[in-house]
Amino acid sequence: MQSVVLVVGTIFGSLIDLNKPGNYVHWGFIQLSYGNLTVIVLMVVVFLAAILIPYRSHKGGER
Amino acid sequence: MTIVDPKTERPDQAELDKAAGRPEDADQWTAKIRTTAIDALPPQKLLPDRQPAYVASWIYVFGVVTIAALLVVIGTGCILAIFGPNWWHVSSTGLFVNSLHLWSVETFMFAMVVHLWGKFFMAAWRGKRKATWITGVVSFLVSVGAAFTGYLSQQNFDSQWISTQAKDGINSTGAGAVFNVTNFGQMIMWHIVLLPLCIVAIVAVHVLMVRLRGVVTPFPAKGETPGADVAATAADGAEVPA
Amino acid sequence: MSPAASAKKVRTFKVDRDAVTWRGRYEPYDLAKEFLIALVVVCILVAGLAVVFGSPDDAPVTIKSWSNANTVDFAQTAMTELDGTSGTGSYGPPYNLNGTAQSVGPLAPAKWLGVHHPIDTAQDYVLGPLATLPDDPQVQGAIHEYTSASSGQQAAWDAAYEKAVANATFADGKLVVPAGDYGPVGALIAAETSMARSGALDGALLSSRQFYGTDYTKPLLFIADGQYLATLADNQHLSGDQWGMMNETGQYPGQAWLWLYTLWYQVPPMNNSPNGDLQVFVIMIVLTALLALVPFIPGLRSIPRWTRIYRVIWRNHYREVEAPRMATPGSPPEQSGSPPPVVDDGTRTPVPV
Repeated sequence: MQSVVLVVGTIFGSLIDLNKPGNYVHWGFIQLSYGNLTVIVLMVVVFLAAILIPYRSHKGGER
Repeated sequence: MTIVDPKTERPDQAELDKAAGRPEDADQWTAKIRTTAIDALPPQKLLPDRQPAYVASWIYVFGVVTIAALLVVIGTGCILAIFGPNWWHVSSTGLFVNSLHLWSVETFMFAMVVHLWGKFFMAAWRGKRKATWITGVVSFLVSVGAAFTGYLSQQNFDSQWISTQAKDGINSTGAGAVFNVTNFGQMIMWHIVLLPLCIVAIVAVHVLMVRLRGVVTPFPAKGETPGADVAATAADGAEVPA
Repeated sequence: MSPAASAKKVRTFKVDRDAVTWRGRYEPYDLAKEFLIALVVVCILVAGLAVVFGSPDDAPVTIKSWSNANTVDFAQTAMTELDGTSGTGSYGPPYNLNGTAQSVGPLAPAKWLGVHHPIDTAQDYVLGPLATLPDDPQVQGAIHEYTSASSGQQAAWDAAYEKAVANATFADGKLVVPAGDYGPVGALIAAETSMARSGALDGALLSSRQFYGTDYTKPLLFIADGQYLATLADNQHLSGDQWGMMNETGQYPGQAWLWLYTLWYQVPPMNNSPNGDLQVFVIMIVLTALLALVPFIPGLRSIPRWTRIYRVIWRNHYREVEAPRMATPGSPPEQSGSPPPVVDDGTRTPVPV
C-alpha cells in the first residue's frame, strides 16, 4: 500500500523537478532560458526531420 | 426519418425524395443552404479518401497534430473545469491534470508553428487559398490570446506577475478599459468560454477551406510553363480555344 | 449571355499567387485513421511530459506575506499610495487622471477611452481600509485629523514622512522612522502596516464592494507598486528587460511564441520610452498584418520560391515530373498518362491551357 501511494504520488507530482532556478543563454542582447531554447531548437529539428525523412504510404489500400 | 432499403442496405431513395429536393421547394432557405453546402462540399470532398500523389511528406501531419493537441487541451481543460479553479492547487491529481493541460498547450503551439513554417515554405496561399492562410494566422493569434488568459487564470505568483506587467501594454492601447487583466473572474471566462469558442469556430472554417480548395499543388516543375500559355489570350479575355 | 461575356476571364499566371490544378495521380489517404493516430500519439506524448516534468505552481504573494517579508518596503509603498505618487496613484487612464496616457503620434487611445476602473489610492488603499478598523480611536482620530486638514498641510506632512520613511527600519514588531513633524501620517502608516501584517488588509481590499470578489485589481496593483514582487520576479528572470515575457518560473519552458513581442522591449527607443508599450504594440500590429497579408505582398510571398525548400518537400513529385522531360527535351510533360497541368483560377471549370 505504501509503495502504491509512493508511485502514484510520484507520478502525480513529477519525476524531474523543474522548480529550481533556471539557466539562461546570454547571446549579445538576447537572453533565452534553457527551457525555451530547447523548445525552439526542437521545433527546428522536427521541421527539418519532417521535410527530410521519407514518407512512404502503402499503395493500394491499407495505410 | 430515412427508411433503409433492405435489398441495398442504403437509405431508400424514394423516402429521401419525399423529404427534400423537390423543385417547388427550391426557394426555401433550408433548401438553398443545403444545395449551396452540398455543391461546395459534397461528401466526397468533405471526407475524401484519396489525396494527390504529392501529399507525401511528414510535414503534412502537423495540421492534424495541432488539432489533436487542441482536443487534448480542451479535454484537460474540461476536467479542470469540473473541479473548479482551486482544485489543482490542493490536489495532486489536480496538479497532474494541470500538467497535462500545460504540456498539451506547449504541444499545440509547437505543432502549430511547425505547421505554419511548412505552409509558408509551400506558399500554401496560392490558387485562391488566401483565406485559408489568413484564417490560419488568425487562429494563431487567438490561440496566443487564449494561452495568455490561461496564464492569467492560474491564481499563483506567475499570474500575479503576468497580470501586473501585461496591464501596461494593454492599457496603453485603450483595451484596458474593457479587458482588465487583473480581474480574475473576467479573464477565466474569456479563457474557458469566449476564446475556445472563437478558436474552434476559426479552426473549423480553416479546415473546411482546405477541403474546399484541396491541398495546394506544388510550384511548377522545371519545363512546366503554365504562365506562357495563359498569357496568350484574346484582349477581351475570351476563352482560349482548346 | 454572349459567348464573349460568358467566357471566364483568364489572368496572367503569377507563380507566387496562382497554382496549377492537379490532374495527376491520387493515392489512398485515410484521414480518419491519421487523426486517430495523431490523437493517440499526442496523448502519450503529453502524458509522458506531464509525468516527467509536472507543472509549476509558485504560491502567490499576499499583502500579508509581503508586509511580513519586507515591512519597510510595504510602509514606503503605503506612503506613496497615500500621497498619490505610487505607480498606480500616478498612472492615468484607466485608473485615474493623475498621469499621462501613452501616445504615438496622434494616437492616444487610453486617453480617449478614459477612466473605467477608478482607483483613488489614498482613499482605496489607506484611508478606506483603516476606517474599517473597529474600536481603534487612535486610528480613527488620525484619519479625521488628516482628512480635515487643508491640502497644503496634507502635502507638507506627506512630503516629510516620505523622506523619512526612506530610512525606516523595522524592529520588535514596530516601524521605526526618524523623528519629525508628520502630523497624523506616522500613525496612519503604522496602523496600515499592522493591518497588512495581520492579513486584514487583503480582505479589506478584495471585499470592499462585495462579498464574492473575483476582481483582484486593487490588491494586485497595490502589491505591484512595491519592490517585493518585482524582486521575486527578477530572481526568476521574469522582468521585462530580461526577456521575461517569454519565461516561466523555475526551469520550465515558457511562452516562446512571444519572442518577437518581447524583443522590441529590449531595443531603443522602446526600451526606455514612457510610450514604449504603445510603440511596441503598433510595431506588432504592423508585423502581424504583414504576416496575415503575405499572400498579397509581392516579394514577401516570393520567399518560399526563392528559398527552394519546397523542392525538398515535393522532391518525389519533381522527380516524377521532370525525369521523363529531362530525358527527352522539348517533349510535352507526360507521366503515368496524366494530361497537361491546368491553371486553377478558382472557378469550378478551369480554363484549359
